Amino acid sequence: MLLSYIWVLMIVGSVICSFITGRSAILAAAITEGADKSISLLFSMAGVMCLWTGIMKIADKSGISAGIAGILSPVLSKLMPDYAKDSSALKAVSANITANMLGLGNAATPLGIKAMKEMQKHNRLGDKPNNSMIMFVVINTASVQIIPASTAALRKAAGSTDPYSILPLVWISSALALLAGIIVTAALNRNGGVQNG
Amino acid sequence: MDKIGIYAVPFVISAIVLAGAVKRIDIFESFKEGAKEGISSLISVAPSLIGLVIGVNMLSASGFFELTADALSPFCHAVGIPPEVLPLGLIRPVSGSGATAILSSILENNGPDSLIGKTASVMAGSTETTFYAIAVYYGAAGIKKTRHTVPAALTADFCGIITACAVTRMIG
Repeated sequence: MLLSYIWVLMIVGSVICSFITGRSAILAAAITEGADKSISLLFSMAGVMCLWTGIMKIADKSGISAGIAGILSPVLSKLMPDYAKDSSALKAVSANITANMLGLGNAATPLGIKAMKEMQKHNRLGDKPNNSMIMFVVINTASVQIIPASTAALRKAAGSTDPYSILPLVWISSALALLAGIIVTAALNRNGGVQNG
Repeated sequence: MDKIGIYAVPFVISAIVLAGAVKRIDIFESFKEGAKEGISSLISVAPSLIGLVIGVNMLSASGFFELTADALSPFCHAVGIPPEVLPLGLIRPVSGSGATAILSSILENNGPDSLIGKTASVMAGSTETTFYAIAVYYGAAGIKKTRHTVPAALTADFCGIITACAVTRMIG
């Protein structure tokens, strides 16, 4: 529903803008051109995307994701103290975060839903999320991706000489952002914890 | 720093394939299974991507991005965000396909290896579709009120935007 509003704003906004900038003719051409461009974009992304979903599937089946999840689990139990002793919730959370790290998008969403349902089983706040659940959402949405495949695919599609040159920057930036997110959430949890008991 | 990417990709791929060989799984069958999932997820995002690429292409042709970049540049310079990448930061928490469409337009207009192109790429690689995740995960677990989830997650996204710009400017 939100996307409907955004789309209407995009279309009406661009028409109004074209009056201001005097680019009505260019805009008219851009509509058909955009439709055309979307398909060539999908095609030029497809190979790189499938390369990584394929490679990461091998990683998943080789036990690499289970290994990473095992390393993450003790750290996550510190960040989500409500579930430190709940192994099934913690296992689902670790599996979801690992799937996000490896870019296993198809696997990540069902694992995240499973994790949240496991957490909800022992949530004393009813229809409100407890602090650990909020921490899970923040870690999940600030996730560190080892190979940002779709970004690399888009860079290749735009003619980059080295689509993967951004890898170390992405690692540093997303690790810092994750750290900031955890600190902010821990601070808000402390305040919210007082209000919500 | 740029060279890390050149070594990391072949290293990651060969390490994963070797791990598969050590564990004696059917490597190529697994690859095919994953690649098939890649195709089906591309097909499932295709309709929204088509619509949003048309929308973003219209905005781009109309001069909308130049107008907003001019209007917002004092604010952007104050917090260290190149005005050209701000639309990406705004749409990222809401829509993955929208972010793809805008990133593609930024890369095309500024060049993927320019500072702006790199900043936008890092930003897209370090943030997630926050509202989608909140809606799907809380919805599935029957959570109706969100307490401070939205401010916490959006602050984290904002930190992601700032760190992407700062890290790219300093070592990109």
